[in-house]
Amino acid sequence: MAKLLEVSDFSVGFGAAQPVKGVSFSANPGEMLAIVGESGSGKSLTALGLMGLLPRHAKAGGQIRFDGRDLVGLRERDLRRIRGRDIAMIFQEPMTSLNPVLTIGDQIIEVLRIHEDLSRRQARERAIALLDLVSIPEARRRIDEYPHQLSGGMRQRVMIAIAVACNPKLLIADEATTALDVTIQAQVLQLLDNLRVQLNMAVILITHDLGIVAQWADRVVVMYAGRKIEEGLPGEVFDRPYHPYTNGLLSASPRLKADYHYRDGPLSEIPGSIVSAAGEKGCSFRPRCPVARPSCASVVPQLIALPAGRQVACPYVPAIAEKAHVASVG
Amino acid sequence: MSLLSVDRLSTHYAGAAGTVRAVDGVSLDIAEGETVALVGESGCGKSTLGKSLVRLVDPSSGSVTFKGKDVTAMAGRELQSVRRSIQMIFQDPFASLNPRQTIRTILTAPLAVHGIGERKQREAIAAQMVAHVGLPADSLDRYPHEFSGGQRQRIGIARALILQPELVICDEPVSALDLSIQAQILNLLVEMKTELSLSYLFISHDLSVVRYFADRVLVMYLGRIVESAPTSELWNGAKHPYTQALLAAVPDPSRRKQAAPITGDLPSPHNPPAGCRFHTRCPLATDICRAEDPVFRQFGSGHAAACHHAQ
Amino acid sequence: MNSQKLGTLAGQAIDFAPQTKVERDQPAPEAPKQPRWTHIHAPDVRASVSGTAWRGMRRELKVFLGNYNALFGTAILLLVALSALLAPLLFPGDPLEMVARPFLWPGQNPAYPLGTDSMGRNVLAGIVHGARISLTVGLAATALGLTVGIAIGAVAGYFGGLIDDILVKFIEIFQTIPSFVLLVVLVAIAQPTTATVTIAIAIVSWPTVARLTRAEFRAIREKDYVQAARSLGFGHARIIFREILPNALPPLIVTSSVMVASAILMESALSFMGLGDPNRVSWGSMIGAGRDVIRTAWYLTALPGLAIVFTVLSLNLIGDGLNDALNPRFSEDR
Repeated sequence: MAKLLEVSDFSVGFGAAQPVKGVSFSANPGEMLAIVGESGSGKSLTALGLMGLLPRHAKAGGQIRFDGRDLVGLRERDLRRIRGRDIAMIFQEPMTSLNPVLTIGDQIIEVLRIHEDLSRRQARERAIALLDLVSIPEARRRIDEYPHQLSGGMRQRVMIAIAVACNPKLLIADEATTALDVTIQAQVLQLLDNLRVQLNMAVILITHDLGIVAQWADRVVVMYAGRKIEEGLPGEVFDRPYHPYTNGLLSASPRLKADYHYRDGPLSEIPGSIVSAAGEKGCSFRPRCPVARPSCASVVPQLIALPAGRQVACPYVPAIAEKAHVASVG
Repeated sequence: MSLLSVDRLSTHYAGAAGTVRAVDGVSLDIAEGETVALVGESGCGKSTLGKSLVRLVDPSSGSVTFKGKDVTAMAGRELQSVRRSIQMIFQDPFASLNPRQTIRTILTAPLAVHGIGERKQREAIAAQMVAHVGLPADSLDRYPHEFSGGQRQRIGIARALILQPELVICDEPVSALDLSIQAQILNLLVEMKTELSLSYLFISHDLSVVRYFADRVLVMYLGRIVESAPTSELWNGAKHPYTQALLAAVPDPSRRKQAAPITGDLPSPHNPPAGCRFHTRCPLATDICRAEDPVFRQFGSGHAAACHHAQ
Repeated sequence: MNSQKLGTLAGQAIDFAPQTKVERDQPAPEAPKQPRWTHIHAPDVRASVSGTAWRGMRRELKVFLGNYNALFGTAILLLVALSALLAPLLFPGDPLEMVARPFLWPGQNPAYPLGTDSMGRNVLAGIVHGARISLTVGLAATALGLTVGIAIGAVAGYFGGLIDDILVKFIEIFQTIPSFVLLVVLVAIAQPTTATVTIAIAIVSWPTVARLTRAEFRAIREKDYVQAARSLGFGHARIIFREILPNALPPLIVTSSVMVASAILMESALSFMGLGDPNRVSWGSMIGAGRDVIRTAWYLTALPGLAIVFTVLSLNLIGDGLNDALNPRFSEDR
């Protein structure tokens, strides 16, 4: 199956700083890929980079091959034709992502008429169908409502409707459920998954919530300080995390450790914070790593490929050393 | 005798579209040394309840009794002295510290206001507190913007604890923090609890954190408490359908690609549904639910739920 | 669950077991007595030194000083201020005295570089002395207007409720009366002296300040750090002056520079119409005096006019510079 999206050595720089340092991953049609990271990991900038929505003074490097074309360095005119039609994005805050002075119907119709040749009436019917698709009750009436008249969960669904209006091949959800209540979050994630199957759409789920990843993602990429440090199937990565950061993250997460109470003991921590990664010549995680060695300070760890699509950027995990096949990747 | 006792507390706001009954008849107890969690989704009134307890918002009716004295009726000097005993930790580390004050000022001001010690002693206490929460000693001279989110939250905790309160209301203290920092702050809170013999009211929407952190859990929906139980009992045998729906909605790796979603959206707090507030979204709703507000029923030690159909 | 021990295990054989197992028989570790993380070299706090009160404003100062327009404005203003201060030294005696032949053009007589007016008075002396009036009235009226405006706005914004309603009505009354008309009426009623002009201008300018302050206080009052101060038992005065006011200042500072400019313009207008202090020379009065001979001796109008233009321009440039410097870029700055 040909890869829909292939990101190779993608980087983003702002002057002297490089918040994204050579990230590579790929997505297949109909797959749900999760990109996990905390603040400072560069995951949101990577998402913006995929859409060509980086700030003006940002410098993007590397390659983003989407459907055979390289998006990095593409002219704005060509990017605009791809945005909304082939690649779509939904954001965290539905209130600020929807225009408060336009009805939700108008906003969906707008997208439809930009990318497709439809009359007003046809576009309106399509919009009503889309609202039905995202389970907004009484779509025919609500299409003329304004964003402030809807709840947070409904606004997020409207955003999804706008995003899938033109049947995109790739949908990027940037922390799309973070601001939602847990019951609404479950509804929205189920909706995204249904759409993924119905429209054979690839979904990139950018999140910091490991539980969501474990439940919904087909593959997971873990980012730290601008680099990809682990990749694999969620079941495997969460069962046996190889990178010390992934391991620390899982240990620190109360969600994935059922039945553990504070009277049993403290939560496992990752000391320090992301700020410690600034200025590190070698592995960015070294200042916080419990198993760092002297050589970690001078050598940036390369991604090591393991069987079944597993990758990790840390040379000192014993499990890797034991494996026979060690071929350096990217 | 419980440390804090709340009896039929109500806090109503006059909103643009009528009265918002943010807290509508809540009763609860917190014993000494207990960590009680208050969970619920947005709009359930948990934050308002927390603020009502510290008198940041004045309740409309009901009473809050702290160590035998009614806090809701207090004013002036008396209220000020009670303020030493009940403190609050806020959610947003980027908004809870005055950006134009040094950490030294932020920490010594509460001591000065309550007339504790002299300037030198106050500074010593502040320095001690800073060390306690795991920050370097030179933090005192710095400004909040020089610290990361997790560190600012530590400062917020230091500020709340510097008066040595007995009850601390934690309003979503880790919700705005990264996962790896959450663990640090939660551990710090547990440590401080043991060291300073504190009781916590832990307000959160994150059930997983609550499961780790709390001794007892209160579940809130649209201004009312619908279930109250010790932590393990809640997870192993929740009685109220809303609690069950909440627990089912928490992402669960074992339920791959399937949500157990609850239908519908939260009704507006302006006019909550008649009868049981949850009946519009409840799979068990019947006529009695639409007509009558359920009362609390006991289900064993310390476990109560307000539902007509709970077993 | 093993608490993840700190420190690097450099050189030691590492046994890296994924820590997902719960070990219940281990007792919870004791709370550490010393500060933690000291041996992890994680530079979490930026290393800037020099701890004084100035550090809080360093960024703003740097931005302001990097703005060439603002620096130009500051330079002009300093020049005006300097000449105002040195006026009695440069031109001793009364500038309203006749010193030479009337209607001398600028450059005609080196002793009078800017010429003389219809009564033979030294124009340059007039301009330099006029600066004193303009700046004095400008600064004093602004200071007074700020004091009153901030006081009323703060009380209205902080307390809300009935007090707010009453004060807002009060502010509205002043704002609905056309300001210049009110100014003229006030000065006409009282004796036209520098003091009364200053007070009148202050009376006309305070409502804008009050509105601005009220808006700032209403916004900042809801912020978490103010709620925290309340929950810690801080009194009203402390909260208003120590918690809210320092954070409400930036837009007020910007406004004040524009207020000085307006005050100067208002004073000039009054003097132009002959409603200013008759015993003092002011740029406005000079323009007024030159009105009749504007066709022939237009320099009498142009020169003081230019003085006003440059002063007001400099204040506006400074105001813009302050706005850029103090404008919060991120919500965390306020």
